[in-house]
Amino acid sequence: MKKFLIIFFIFLVFAIVFMSCNKKPQEIRIGGIFPITGAAATFGKSSQEGMQIAVDEFNQKGGIPISGNKMLINPVYDDTAGQPEQAANVCRKQIDQNGVKAIVGAVMSKNSLAIAPICQSKGIVMISSASTNPEVTLKGDHIFRVCFIDPFQGTVMARYVFNELDFTKAAVLYDNGNDYNKGLAHFFEEEFKRLGGEIVASEAFTDEEKTVDFKAQLTKIKAAEPEFLYLPNYYAADALIMKQARELAMEIPAGGGDGWDSPKLTEIGGDAVEGCVFSNHFSKENPSPQVQNFVTKYREQYGKDPDALASLAYDAAYVLLSAIEKSGSTAGADIRDSLKNMNMEGATGKISFDENRNPIKSAVILQIKDGQQKYLTTVNP
Amino acid sequence: MEYLIQQLINGIQLGTMYALLALGYTMVYGIIRLINFAHADIFMIGVYTALFTATRYRVPFPLVIVISMVVCAVLGVVIERLAYKPLRYKPRLSALITALGVSLFLENFCALPFMFGPEYRSFPELIPPKQYVILKQYNITVTNVFLINLLVVSVLLVGLFYLVHHTMIGKKMRAVSLDKTTASLLGVNVDRTISFTFLIGTALAGASGVLYGMTYTSVQSPYLGIWPGWKAFIAAVIGGIGNIPGAVVGAYLMGISEVYATSISSDLGFGIAFAILIIVLIVKPTGLLGKKRQEKV
Amino acid sequence: MKIPYILKKHKVIISLLFLYLVIVLTYRTGWLSSYLLQIIMFVGINIVMTVSLGMINGFTGQFSIGHGGFMAVGAYASVFLTTIIFQMAGSSVPGQSLLGYAIFFPAVLIGGLCAALTGFLIGLPTLRVKGDYLAIVTMAFSEVIRTIIRVSEPLGGPRGVSGIPSMTNMAIVMVFTVLSVWLMRNFLASTYGRASRATRDSEIAAEIMGVNTTQQKTLVFTTAAFFAGCCGGLYAHILQFIHPDNFTFMKSLEYLIYLYIGGSSSISGAMTGAVVFTAIPELFRSFQIWRMVIYALLLIVIMLFRPNGIIGDREFSFIKKNNT
Repeated sequence: MKKFLIIFFIFLVFAIVFMSCNKKPQEIRIGGIFPITGAAATFGKSSQEGMQIAVDEFNQKGGIPISGNKMLINPVYDDTAGQPEQAANVCRKQIDQNGVKAIVGAVMSKNSLAIAPICQSKGIVMISSASTNPEVTLKGDHIFRVCFIDPFQGTVMARYVFNELDFTKAAVLYDNGNDYNKGLAHFFEEEFKRLGGEIVASEAFTDEEKTVDFKAQLTKIKAAEPEFLYLPNYYAADALIMKQARELAMEIPAGGGDGWDSPKLTEIGGDAVEGCVFSNHFSKENPSPQVQNFVTKYREQYGKDPDALASLAYDAAYVLLSAIEKSGSTAGADIRDSLKNMNMEGATGKISFDENRNPIKSAVILQIKDGQQKYLTTVNP
Repeated sequence: MEYLIQQLINGIQLGTMYALLALGYTMVYGIIRLINFAHADIFMIGVYTALFTATRYRVPFPLVIVISMVVCAVLGVVIERLAYKPLRYKPRLSALITALGVSLFLENFCALPFMFGPEYRSFPELIPPKQYVILKQYNITVTNVFLINLLVVSVLLVGLFYLVHHTMIGKKMRAVSLDKTTASLLGVNVDRTISFTFLIGTALAGASGVLYGMTYTSVQSPYLGIWPGWKAFIAAVIGGIGNIPGAVVGAYLMGISEVYATSISSDLGFGIAFAILIIVLIVKPTGLLGKKRQEKV
Repeated sequence: MKIPYILKKHKVIISLLFLYLVIVLTYRTGWLSSYLLQIIMFVGINIVMTVSLGMINGFTGQFSIGHGGFMAVGAYASVFLTTIIFQMAGSSVPGQSLLGYAIFFPAVLIGGLCAALTGFLIGLPTLRVKGDYLAIVTMAFSEVIRTIIRVSEPLGGPRGVSGIPSMTNMAIVMVFTVLSVWLMRNFLASTYGRASRATRDSEIAAEIMGVNTTQQKTLVFTTAAFFAGCCGGLYAHILQFIHPDNFTFMKSLEYLIYLYIGGSSSISGAMTGAVVFTAIPELFRSFQIWRMVIYALLLIVIMLFRPNGIIGDREFSFIKKNNT
């Protein structure tokens, strides 16, 4: 009995400690849910840095006026480690404990899918920076995103390869255990066939975090003699695939999606990825003032060039804070209505939302030249 | 035909990777009946050691292998002395859990930002890569890295075989493996012999770390050892755990069957290791080359 | 003060009821946020997971390191049933109604049975042979099951399953936890429990005494898998979203850590480990990256200096057989 009481007291102590951190905020709190640790840590770090720049911009202006008095923005960052369960935990924590008014995040679609129903049921606006799975925003009318969705990206690349590069025989190699890769591959194949091209080989591997040897699949693809290789995976796996393809004496060009956007691609891939093309949200060479403003600020702050994840998180936070400013309220429904009518120019292009709360925006095609990303063209929806 | 031969080469490449790791597992298991979960993480330390010595100090290739082997061997012996030795006469499960703990510690400690960090890195080219077209009519290619892999593995394997079967320390190792108490009665220093086994096993992990880095030219994260380590252990079980030639046979069997299965379907390739393991456990639980041990009460 | 006999006799039940009342009241009045309530529910589920793992590892002396895999089987099986039936019901989704629960409870049980069946099939070839094969096979199994889910479209594939109805509540978790722990305690105190411990202490001696060790090991393994499967079903209906990555090898390892730090050869140890280590990381969110490092170190230190865990093989008085 004594021991039971001890356990009970432990419970009570935990409960009290938990509740003591529940303060009434004097500022507007905005949640940021990113994978700061784990395999996608680089994405999370970039996103957090990008979001912070947007927050700083608004705070330098003196904050956002809410019913007369200006309030500063206080971002609350939490880590998902890429795990859906942890994402759900921190999302509830941010809403219940920290009292955030809106959430920017998450990065990976599987995490966004875990937190979207929670945000929706609590009436909190969630704006995902980089979750490209179409299903995310279908979870409710409080869920937005600023990046384009998987079908668009796969389609854009298929058109570019068929129309601009004049290839008619393509092969695809993707991770079939990941919905991003699977979605891109599927829509690329569909559009390429619709245009009249031929998919000569469609090969998969399982789990790009564990696979390092792709030679079995590549040997099979090589035997099918494609003219173009589409690799809709993340940079690390694709750099390895390209290297191993060159070792097998496959000299065909290749391309991918926004998962390629990392300096590590050329670092790992070296000469093997030279000349490859990929679709992306953003190019730092874009001369538009919004882009250049963001790029200079980011460079000043962190001493490096921003990537797509940083610019998307910046846009997500910026459009969210503008919506709060415009509505002059921090109630979830007001922010939602104000977001629906938003129309602004961000670092990743024009942002306005369609009826499914997806942005209507364009994609850029980049090419790797001399180890640098060179802007090729912009493709409109 | 061309296709099948190329896939065979791919399979041998993969098998070589598993073989070096499987040897370390099998040696440690053979002598103290412990699945050394930390072996895969010592292998990871080997990869990072090679990465840092090669990029920061521009050490030439043969020296990189030696440094990596020494670092791993020292680490292996330290781990054995600190974590496994005090548990040698405790229930076997305690040592197994400690091994798991050591493995977890190495992975997560190395993933901390001030250590190696969790991010991808590229592995430098220790030797300029070259491709050779063999069998001109079929257009089959091999790389010089592949040939070096084969060479290093054969040299180490022959050396190991000689060590275990034709030297005094090898005889001691076999004696301790059979019966620790009797061996110590006959004047074998059991502690030193076990440490020596760890030294050799982990040095092999260091060597395979360098080869891994050269072959795949990328270093994923401090968790990179888990998956190859797991497959290598299965290879060792398939070949007959505790049996040195068995580990190599098992490793090549796994590598080649994995490549052929993958070329049929990637999901099949993923599950093939598991399927072979289950079949071996049902048909011949001691492994392909393993011998049955009679348990005495 | 003299405590009435009736209170003394049923003190465990009464204190549990009291605990439940406190949780519900504080939640209703808004003191306890839904975030904390969710964590308390995870504590309950983790208790059952850890105790059932303790049945295999602590009491029978086997080494299973893929317990999360059974949780995945249970979660997916039950979710498959509930979502399909609820979808067939169409617009009139029963949800948290009597009809909803009439579907939900059998679904969770079927999830548990599916997990038990998989456990049985895996145990069959592996438990027959001596040695550490169970460790390697269960580890492989937990990865293979995850991969099967990832690549199979009907199970949601890599997208995971979202839109799971929220069916599990505090009362269900509490009843489930108490009932499971009670059942497992009685199992371990029965002839079967004794046979398990005999198998752990010396397999050969147990065989000589007439215990069919293979059968005993398979029985315990299957039972534990059943409880893990039920946990998975409840877990999925709290989280309302499941993804293959919820059940990585890391998840299984966490339960192992809870078990061995708490104390593997007692139910109390397993429970303490589960409670403490589910609650503590939520307190120290900012130390997230250090968490696994500290756990690993703790595990090594405990194994070296206190191999029976913090609690050892003692039991809390309310777990002991002669008490309730």
